[in-house]
Amino acid sequence: MQLNVTHLRQLEAESIHIIREVAAEFENPVMLYSIGKDSSVMLRLALKAFYPAKPPFPLMHIDTTWKFKEMITFRDQMAAEYGFDLLVHVNQDGVRQGISPFKHGSALYTDVMKTEGLKQALDKYRFDAAFGGARRDEEKSRAKERIFSFRSANHRWDPKNQRPELWNLYNTRVKPGESIRVFPISNWTELDVWQYIHLEQIPIVPLYYAKERPVVERDGMLILLDDDRLELQPGEQVQMKSVRFRTLGCYPLTGAVESAAATLPEIIQEMLLTRTSERQGRLIDHDQAGSMEKKKHEGYF
Amino acid sequence: MSHQSEMIASDIHSYLKSQEVKGMLRFITCGSVDDGKSTLIGRLLWDSKLIFEDQLAALEADSKRIGTQGGEIDYALLLDGLQAEREQGITIDVAYRFFSTDKRKFIVADTPGHEQYTRNMVTGASTADVAVILVDARKGVLTQTRRHSFLVSLMGIRHVVLAINKMDLVEFSVSRFQAIREEYAAFAAGLGFADITVIPISALQGDNVLLRSGRTPWHDGPTLMEYLETVDAVHEIENQAFRMPVQWVNRPDLDFRGFCGTLASGRVQPGDEIVVAASGKTSRVARIVTMDGDLDEASTGQAVTLVLEDEIDISRGDLLADPLARPSFADQFEARVVWMYEDALMAGRRYLMKSGCSTVPAAVTALKYKINVNLLQHEPAKRLELNEVGVCNLVLDRPIAFDPYAENHTTGSFILIDRISNATVGAGMIDFALRRATNVHWHTEQVSRDIRAALKGQSPCVIWLTGLSGSGKSTIANALEQRLVQLGRHTMLLDGDNIRHGLNKDLGFTEEDRIENIRRIGEVARLLTEAGLIVITAFISPYRAEREMVRNLLPAGEFVEVYVSTSLEECERRDVKGLYKKARKGSIPNFTGISAPYEEPLSPDVTVDTSLVSADRAVAMILESIGLNR
Repeated sequence: MQLNVTHLRQLEAESIHIIREVAAEFENPVMLYSIGKDSSVMLRLALKAFYPAKPPFPLMHIDTTWKFKEMITFRDQMAAEYGFDLLVHVNQDGVRQGISPFKHGSALYTDVMKTEGLKQALDKYRFDAAFGGARRDEEKSRAKERIFSFRSANHRWDPKNQRPELWNLYNTRVKPGESIRVFPISNWTELDVWQYIHLEQIPIVPLYYAKERPVVERDGMLILLDDDRLELQPGEQVQMKSVRFRTLGCYPLTGAVESAAATLPEIIQEMLLTRTSERQGRLIDHDQAGSMEKKKHEGYF
Repeated sequence: MSHQSEMIASDIHSYLKSQEVKGMLRFITCGSVDDGKSTLIGRLLWDSKLIFEDQLAALEADSKRIGTQGGEIDYALLLDGLQAEREQGITIDVAYRFFSTDKRKFIVADTPGHEQYTRNMVTGASTADVAVILVDARKGVLTQTRRHSFLVSLMGIRHVVLAINKMDLVEFSVSRFQAIREEYAAFAAGLGFADITVIPISALQGDNVLLRSGRTPWHDGPTLMEYLETVDAVHEIENQAFRMPVQWVNRPDLDFRGFCGTLASGRVQPGDEIVVAASGKTSRVARIVTMDGDLDEASTGQAVTLVLEDEIDISRGDLLADPLARPSFADQFEARVVWMYEDALMAGRRYLMKSGCSTVPAAVTALKYKINVNLLQHEPAKRLELNEVGVCNLVLDRPIAFDPYAENHTTGSFILIDRISNATVGAGMIDFALRRATNVHWHTEQVSRDIRAALKGQSPCVIWLTGLSGSGKSTIANALEQRLVQLGRHTMLLDGDNIRHGLNKDLGFTEEDRIENIRRIGEVARLLTEAGLIVITAFISPYRAEREMVRNLLPAGEFVEVYVSTSLEECERRDVKGLYKKARKGSIPNFTGISAPYEEPLSPDVTVDTSLVSADRAVAMILESIGLNR
């Protein structure tokens, strides 16, 4: 509906409507908090939806144990500041097996530590709805994802059997064991997210801002030397470069970009003038054509 | 045209400031694969500089491998998201695309043109303000163009672009363009569009998409982008009456109780009176609470939290409204339904209906007909199959507050959910409540005439027959009452027999007593309408002034004056009771028509002369005048 309200306020209102609908219709919802910029926006929207009350659901972080250290620090700060219940889940099976992105490759690592970890946590707490910060503009298979995305009892997504979504009427009905993934910022673009962070002065992990950091160039990506688990291979050397991250995940799989953008306006400026898409810094999408779609079938966000 | 690259590079702060006032438009594109729809959307994304280099590299590789443009860039590949459909070369679902210019952010619902079209198109159209309908300049208006246009109209989109594509393949012929435009205008005249903008384009080559084409000097309308950036698709909804479905009751502690929701229409300010549609309870808005501070006003589309002055009972599913323009409140209505599921809709089967924030068990009581979306014809139907559109009656387990879809898309729409599979099986648009008393609301203070009438499912009125003695009033009145009872209406007949011998046995036939006679009958008739009845009276009632007095006792429109105009000669010839004979002899004083005047009605609702028409015909005429004759 095109009204005399700016596009960011319209997107905000739509997201708040979605978040309230989940709180009202599900018995046990959770907000998946990945600590990135999209999660930061989603968290702000949840706070707005229920002000002056606190959001009536916990935050949950699926920790792969390979996140950037600054992300973990930031996560704990946020939870303390806003008084959220924060659940942290680690796939202990994966930890016992010593699953590592360096030894086992990004595909297996992601499957065990992220996808399996997420399924374990959803089963453990019996959540019937889980908010995620995915956007439709991120990747082609996401463009067709519903805002309320139904998952079977074994967490599978069936793109050919999605519920039609009309007006702002969301079908929230599930049977025991089934669940719905909800994407309140589906209709936001990367630019919208940054503009909103700027407009609202939302705190984000400092890794988004350019700074001199120690990095190693590997397979065409700049990997941050975040801890001593990154073993240098022959010929590799640590360089200090002014870098930042356009997207945050597990440090071995997330490439930095060389940049001097140290403020929000500079980040937005750089993004608008740059010519590569955001997920390019992510190793997992490059593994094979249609790889995101495959992962989603299996239960990845 | 797209992002102001210079300003981004030179003054990012000013650029960001300018972006804070950008608007948003949602539109849908309709057309088949062959019409170049994906190519058009790819072109819009491309020209808006929203395709990044890594995506371009992938696109170039894909175009060579599986493209349909002979190795040239195939924009359609940019859009086809899922592996399965890539391989089939068709899109299978609704996809949402985003691009923006300096003026607006755009959300495009991209829907396929093949068999699943109805379900997908209706889904995409439900949130769109504008529809872009593509036709191939070589083929003109096809069956599918009509189908798409009908569905766009069904979903209440009022602003339409007819994009005549592939103009490069008809040498940018102005006569071809005009012929298609005229054919479409003739067809679309009945679809209720507020405006149709016709634009000649070549999506492949970019003519009139963003930039004005040098090859169509005869086109004086906008380019597609100029149109999308400027079209005013505000549904006039901000100026409509206030509506807010309550989504969530916010009660963090005993001191705060707020009602959260998104305004479906209108505006609201602190101090405004609101009514809870179902209970009829009213209060005033004390505060409009947001995390960014209290607001002085909230308008359509804003998600807010209202605090009221009074502690009244409100829960999720209630509809808050302007008390001066209340929504309808009913448990039965007629709606247009689009079926979206493999198992057909059957009359009698029960579903869950979600409308606004309430979910209520519902059953389809009658499938009146289905609409053939290719021929735009009504066809009788017993069931509604996947992708069919029909008109049906629904009955709910409890009443809900709503507005007709034509007036309000948010409060007039619903989805149907299968109770066993939980699938979304249908989408509906409410046309009107089936019971005539649509503006009935439960007032907590007392039982009102509206509630009594609603229980009887009818609109009360007084059908007042006037005419000379022997003109046929009683015959018509009796036949009319029998017919009404057959129709399931609740009635009461007042005539000389049950009035003159009881209530009015103290009155004679002087002018004074005649006036009092009619006054008392008028009062009794009014009381009976308060009870919700349809009242029929059969009295000579010779004076205009008294008939007018009775009319004024009743709400406008509830006094139906029937003039039984049979002539004095005919009445006297019939003289069923021998009264005229006696009157002529002078043994009955003040006999109307003989020794007392009869003032005929000046503008009766119905006039019947029983020497010319039968009693049955007279009954049909009266039923027609009160909207009960089918």
